[in-house]
Amino acid sequence: MLTLTDDEKAMLDGRHGKARQKAMDLLVRYAEALGAERFVDTQNVAGVPGSANAFLQNYYKDKSGPGGDAIFSFFDLDADELVESPNAVVHTCHLQGGADPLHWQTLGVSAEIVRGHEARESFAVSKGVEILKTCTPYLAGNVPAFGEHLAWMESSAVIYANSVLGARTNTEGRESTSAAMLTGKIPDWGLHRDEPRRGTHRVDVRVPIGSVIDWGMLGYFTGDVVQEHIPVLTGALQPPDIVRLKHFGAAASSSGGVEMYHLAGITPEAPDVDTAFGGNVPVEVFEYGAAQRRQVYDALNANASDPAVDFVMLGCPHAALEQLREAAALLDGRKIGGNTRLWIFTSRAVRTEADAAGYTAAITAAGGVVMTDTCSAFAQAVPQGAKVAALDSAKQAHYLPAILGLQAWFGTTRDCIEAAITGRWNGACPS
Amino acid sequence: MIVLRGRKVVGGRAEGEALVTSMTVPGWGGVNPIKGVITETRHDLRGVSFAGKVLVFRGAKGSSGWSAMYHTTRLAGTAPVALVFNEMTTKVALGAVVMRVPSVTDFDQDPLSVIETGDWVVVDGDCGLVEVRKNGRGGRL
Repeated sequence: MLTLTDDEKAMLDGRHGKARQKAMDLLVRYAEALGAERFVDTQNVAGVPGSANAFLQNYYKDKSGPGGDAIFSFFDLDADELVESPNAVVHTCHLQGGADPLHWQTLGVSAEIVRGHEARESFAVSKGVEILKTCTPYLAGNVPAFGEHLAWMESSAVIYANSVLGARTNTEGRESTSAAMLTGKIPDWGLHRDEPRRGTHRVDVRVPIGSVIDWGMLGYFTGDVVQEHIPVLTGALQPPDIVRLKHFGAAASSSGGVEMYHLAGITPEAPDVDTAFGGNVPVEVFEYGAAQRRQVYDALNANASDPAVDFVMLGCPHAALEQLREAAALLDGRKIGGNTRLWIFTSRAVRTEADAAGYTAAITAAGGVVMTDTCSAFAQAVPQGAKVAALDSAKQAHYLPAILGLQAWFGTTRDCIEAAITGRWNGACPS
Repeated sequence: MIVLRGRKVVGGRAEGEALVTSMTVPGWGGVNPIKGVITETRHDLRGVSFAGKVLVFRGAKGSSGWSAMYHTTRLAGTAPVALVFNEMTTKVALGAVVMRVPSVTDFDQDPLSVIETGDWVVVDGDCGLVEVRKNGRGGRL
């Protein structure tokens, strides 16, 4: 049974305006659907308020008016009437968007669509939303504190915030984050509470996990076997850096629905295995050895047969500065092949840093393009005529063939850069 | 007729032919909301339309775009008429709310072992009841 506080009742009764009333109404319906008993306050929201793909832009065309914004009213707040939205009441950032504002022509997006995204961005800015335009807010200025309650979208950011930072968020959606932006409330359910954060399943790692591809493949395996449960990983784990954790989490939240994991002895709520489980007995123990590693590699390469690579995409989730440095170093003084295209996606913040460091110039000189805001899967954009992609992200390898129907090879960043230069895939399963 | 008792997620009453998967159902990146079909590689419903069906499934998985995708199916007229599922997550809860279709979970028996694709299913969201007729359509209950 859901209990509301006085300020929540006031919002629901419309005493703080119609938009907050609609936001609270949506949150109440959502909390009741979950079976939540109360809300928790949040000061940190990451969503996509007011954004719209071509379908939504067209669907709500000419429906906005002096009474409010149609997309935000009808879609974000799921309201049945136009409401004039006040500014965000809590710190709210915008996650990835639909097109690179500079390289949209390279991306193959029409001027009309880009103008639409610009208009939607202006709307978000007008409501006080911070335009990070990235799936990696934690690399672009929004780094939550340990124990902080969040309302975040973007599965790869959610798993990072919970597992690596020890912040608390469920995988929120478009509508719940926009409602949280206007209320500072989110259902106190799931990962906001102590018990659901404890480990439920164990993954016993029997092969050394060191490189970025090792972590990505382990993540893909973990999500596949535990689905939406909470894995505790034990065994041959070398301490990972931000990039490795980013790839692990993105993979685990793509092949399954993992929103939180524990690396025994590494992540903040897992000083040791027993603490990570918090009294739970593992429901199941999965072994990750050489055979499982091989199966994951084969599954991620199952859509590819043609070694003639014509498209290399890096930056899923958005590249960290050190990944742009690595790409620049691998490309140093070389040129990508005449029939291949190299696109690397990152956040606006990291691109600014890469510009200053000379990495963007080095990648551009080799024939690559550093883009922001989006990615191939999100924008549904690949170079015209591209048939065979090379990817260093298990998440992108999971999504891109399903979304755009092209073949995709999965390997290391080095494999991908070599393919960009030679036009041939020459990757091999790591051992 | 078999009756399953569960908990209301979203109220209302609807009936239709069951589409059953024991797999979790993907959102953004694994579904085409305009066509109302699952597109995820290696999904047992790949290429199958859920429009107008009672979707019987384990739960939701994948991207946080789950709710927005299924919200879009409501606009596109390709949404399922009701949801019957086992595992509660924020994705499926919010998705059911914005799809505005009768939805039930937390059953006294596993709907995945009782309901088969093609069965005729009546979902009463308010009472948390799901009625199953095993011989396919055969008219109203």
